[in-house]
Amino acid sequence: MSAAVNPAAVPAGPHRAVGQEPVAVVGVGQTRHVSARHDVSIAGLLREAAVRALEDAELTWADIDAVVIGKAPDFFEGVMMPELYLAEALGAVSKPMLRVHTAGSVGGSTALVAANLVAARVHGTVLTVAFEKQSESNAMWGLSLPVPFQAPLTAGAGGFFAPHVRAYMRRTGAPDHIGSLVAFKDRRNALKNPYAHLHEHDLTLEKVRSAPMLWDPIRYSETCPSSDGACAMVLTGVRGAARAPRPAAWMHGGAMRSEPTIFAGKDYVSPQAGRDCAADVYHQAGVVDPRRQIDLAEIYVPFSWYEPMWLENLGFADQGEGWKLVESGVTEMDGDLPVNPSGGVLSSNPIGASGMIRFAEAALQVRGEAGEHQIDGARLALGHAYGGGAQFFSMWLVGSERPDS
Amino acid sequence: MKTSDLLAGIPALAGAEPVTRVTIPARLDYTYTPGAAQSRFLNALTEQRLLGERCPQCTRVYIPPRGVCPTCGVATSEPVDLPHVGTVTTFCIVNIAARGLDVEVPYCYAYVLLDGAHVGLHARIGGIPHDQVHVGQRVEPVWREPDQTGVQSRPSLAAISHFRPTGEPDADPESYRRWM
Repeated sequence: MSAAVNPAAVPAGPHRAVGQEPVAVVGVGQTRHVSARHDVSIAGLLREAAVRALEDAELTWADIDAVVIGKAPDFFEGVMMPELYLAEALGAVSKPMLRVHTAGSVGGSTALVAANLVAARVHGTVLTVAFEKQSESNAMWGLSLPVPFQAPLTAGAGGFFAPHVRAYMRRTGAPDHIGSLVAFKDRRNALKNPYAHLHEHDLTLEKVRSAPMLWDPIRYSETCPSSDGACAMVLTGVRGAARAPRPAAWMHGGAMRSEPTIFAGKDYVSPQAGRDCAADVYHQAGVVDPRRQIDLAEIYVPFSWYEPMWLENLGFADQGEGWKLVESGVTEMDGDLPVNPSGGVLSSNPIGASGMIRFAEAALQVRGEAGEHQIDGARLALGHAYGGGAQFFSMWLVGSERPDS
Repeated sequence: MKTSDLLAGIPALAGAEPVTRVTIPARLDYTYTPGAAQSRFLNALTEQRLLGERCPQCTRVYIPPRGVCPTCGVATSEPVDLPHVGTVTTFCIVNIAARGLDVEVPYCYAYVLLDGAHVGLHARIGGIPHDQVHVGQRVEPVWREPDQTGVQSRPSLAAISHFRPTGEPDADPESYRRWM
């Protein structure tokens, strides 16, 4: 890693805690992400993803020991603690059920909480689910509530992050067209993913580049859509994986980090918590050169400029160099570090589920189950999510081989 | 199975239109207790003063103060009157309106690092065309003048209308590089 890492953030000693159960992803399910699912309730949406994950694993509700669920703020749909009424739809009656919340990174954190329950041998097989029903939400308003200690000027997530994007552009001297290249790539990738929300067959780079500025320097075309969608995974240990009908994805490392929304010296462009989180995950997995050792990454990129920003934060590029990987095609589907072959958050954004989709897509790739957007020979893949004011990070590395093999 | 197919199997609902959307308005009003540090800051605004607080450990100056240094985890108790001039460290131009925001679009949303502070104040830049706003620009607050409504004498950030350029030369980038 080129970026400085806080030594206190990375544990010393063995790569993985002794006695941990290896964690396997044996089932993945997603809904087809769309702008509005008027045909199902929130419960129906979640159940659809969960049933698909169970079918993938060839398991039934009876095989599940616990359910871990996540979504972004309750304020979005206006349903307080939706998990209260979701237990029956998720087969969780009489079983432990746990809700996780870490803003936009929640899909990733939810998967990690579920994985830790398996790793710690608290439960044998855990169903984890995350969702958002943006058609019933007003996320922009939900994120723009006035607070008494700041001038009320933040217009949604894009308005919050646009100044950070400008700071990145200014710091690195990245040319203006980089953001459009990322958006065009991700939308083209999405055409190969049947679950992606945006399938823009007629899109051209010129159309991306000429779209209006919503929050200058962020264009409409460089912004994620609002989606209804859910994602689910079945996580289990060694015995569960042995019974699985299809190859498992094995967790080689997983970590979460947080930092305050505002503090003197906070680097909004490359937050310390993100660097520390990546360093911890790489350490657990024995990765010393992420650019060479990791085959692909599903990174949380809700606004296109976050691809080069996170490439640097995650140690795939030196500081100030991330945009060059984008420009030279390294992150394209056929590049040597494909980023978001699924089409990413820029093509589907059911907010609470978006992080879990990154984790699940990484798992699908190393299982060889990604379909048309499969990256040949993918053996180690990163799933990444961030949330809040670029302050919550969750990541995992999954591989095709058992970590202890 | 589509909802209409499900309903078709129930004779009493033959021909009924499925209900797919119900709008349920909800409204909540919250009372917020600002605490000691923010009370000092908000009350100072009514006197057109910008009151920050210094961390006794790392000496960084926070405005608005939240009563604690988020890095050191200790109370900030030393008030610091900050000058009415600062530097734009980054910004965006917002072209879409968020519901409930009382500001005309497009507007310039910027981080203004007041001289002597170590965190940026979130502020609107006005008084010049948006394409002339730039990083490093020196700006000053434009205070709302008192009127009969008493809005300005209320302890609120609304006491500052916006920031406008001072016309000074741009700040040295080293002065704000670490403190966006």
